[in-house]
Amino acid sequence: MSETEDWPFDAFIAAAAAALALPIEPAWQPQIKAHLQVIWRLAQEVAEFDLPDELEPAPVFET
Amino acid sequence: MEAWRTAADIAGAVASGRITVLAVLEATLERIKQHDGALNAFSALTTERALTKARAIDLGIAQGRSAGPLAGVPFAVKNLIDVAGLATLAGSKINASRRPAALDSPLIARLEAAGAVLVGTLNMGEYAYDFTGENVHYGASSNPHDLALMPGGSSSGSGAAVAGGLVPLALGSDTNGSIRVPASFCGLFGLKPTYGRLSRARSFPFVASLDHLGPLARSSLDLALAYDAMQGHDAADPICVDRPIEPALPSLELGINGMRVAVAGGYFKRGLSPAGQEAVARVAAALGASGEVELPQAGRARAAAYVITAAEAATLHLDRLRRRAGDFDPAVRDRLIAGAMLPAPFVVRAQKFRRWYHDEVLRLFDSLDAILAPATPFTAPRLGQQTVHLDGVELPLRPNIGIFTQPISFIGLPVAVVPVPLQPLPIGVQIIVPPWREDVALRIAYSLEKNGVALAPRPPDR
Repeated sequence: MSETEDWPFDAFIAAAAAALALPIEPAWQPQIKAHLQVIWRLAQEVAEFDLPDELEPAPVFET
Repeated sequence: MEAWRTAADIAGAVASGRITVLAVLEATLERIKQHDGALNAFSALTTERALTKARAIDLGIAQGRSAGPLAGVPFAVKNLIDVAGLATLAGSKINASRRPAALDSPLIARLEAAGAVLVGTLNMGEYAYDFTGENVHYGASSNPHDLALMPGGSSSGSGAAVAGGLVPLALGSDTNGSIRVPASFCGLFGLKPTYGRLSRARSFPFVASLDHLGPLARSSLDLALAYDAMQGHDAADPICVDRPIEPALPSLELGINGMRVAVAGGYFKRGLSPAGQEAVARVAAALGASGEVELPQAGRARAAAYVITAAEAATLHLDRLRRRAGDFDPAVRDRLIAGAMLPAPFVVRAQKFRRWYHDEVLRLFDSLDAILAPATPFTAPRLGQQTVHLDGVELPLRPNIGIFTQPISFIGLPVAVVPVPLQPLPIGVQIIVPPWREDVALRIAYSLEKNGVALAPRPPDR
């Protein structure tokens, strides 16, 4: 996926809000966008890290 | 009663008959009345319940029954923990319309079974999505060291109440650092136990994958007393493991001879203020820490915790965002809405990364008993502060408060925070240990406290 700055976040937010039935007031849009861009960047940082297919999520310590 | 008395001291005085539980409670309620107006730590008092409990304990002692290890110790809980008869606010306006909780949290029940006396609930950041202690609905809690400063969040009332001498013991929750940040900013000892150690049943969740509950206190002994009393399996929390109780108290005074301790390098040294550097250096010197260790991909771990937090919190609140978006704190609402829009692969990938990072970090403990890291990059900022200077760069404050706590709770490692009493403000250091070794973290904290390196400094009394 391209750099977050190049990417049509406003259109994405509008579509996602409609799909999720989330009412968004226009005044909230800039902050939502700013937060989404931060989370998106961090998510890409994680996604870029190569992991084996066999690695399963394991959220508990049993050993 | 002396306001700065520890829980252990109170319990000892009660058990030996030097003071009654009722006298302790009355002094506590009076102190809260005098000082909570300035601190804004409490959201509700449970006065009648506490008086009933205090009289019952006093009667039991008079009849020869043994007092518990926390006999007469007043405590309070972050208001996301259920208290029978109160609506569990979780710092929100929306939850005020919930039905009152039918039952207490099991942690409250266990502390009370040990003789402690619940005196009330404590303010917090809305739905725990906060590191500052600011709250648009109920006002900010203040830092007792300087009322103009942040107490840290989201267990802000817990930090303010204990550091302000209102109670010696409080419970908080920690998803990304919400016990460890207020412990650092307020100069307190805090314990975030292993993920799955203490029951989270009957508490309002935030991020199920990362939520922990734990105590804040003014001494490591008090942390150990409270932690030991709260241990034990609880089938009502599916994450709470069925392990035997492993008390920390018996080994607390064994000292640190032979302990293998290293300082977290790399990621944990970047953006660290001079105060944070000084605090880590003092603790490292006292423990004879032998060099540095790198937690691999700690920055990515923090990023993954951020992503999981955003997605799970948004999922939790999705219906409330649809129906009552206007009743949220706008800062919380906008982050939650953004989190609801994340594509699923980002979140699943972050969970997979968690497994990788967990395995890598656990390997470090093959040759180490504990790892030291700063709890926060800096001492308490001013309430309302928006930016901070780190390494000469101006950065937004809020997302940077938890950078050193998030990569640790991400994989559930137990951590004790010790306060280092620097001037003019204290700052905390994390003692990070392998899963289920809270006893080691508390033993190290106790040793640091005994030699004066760690101390909960007493704020000026107002």
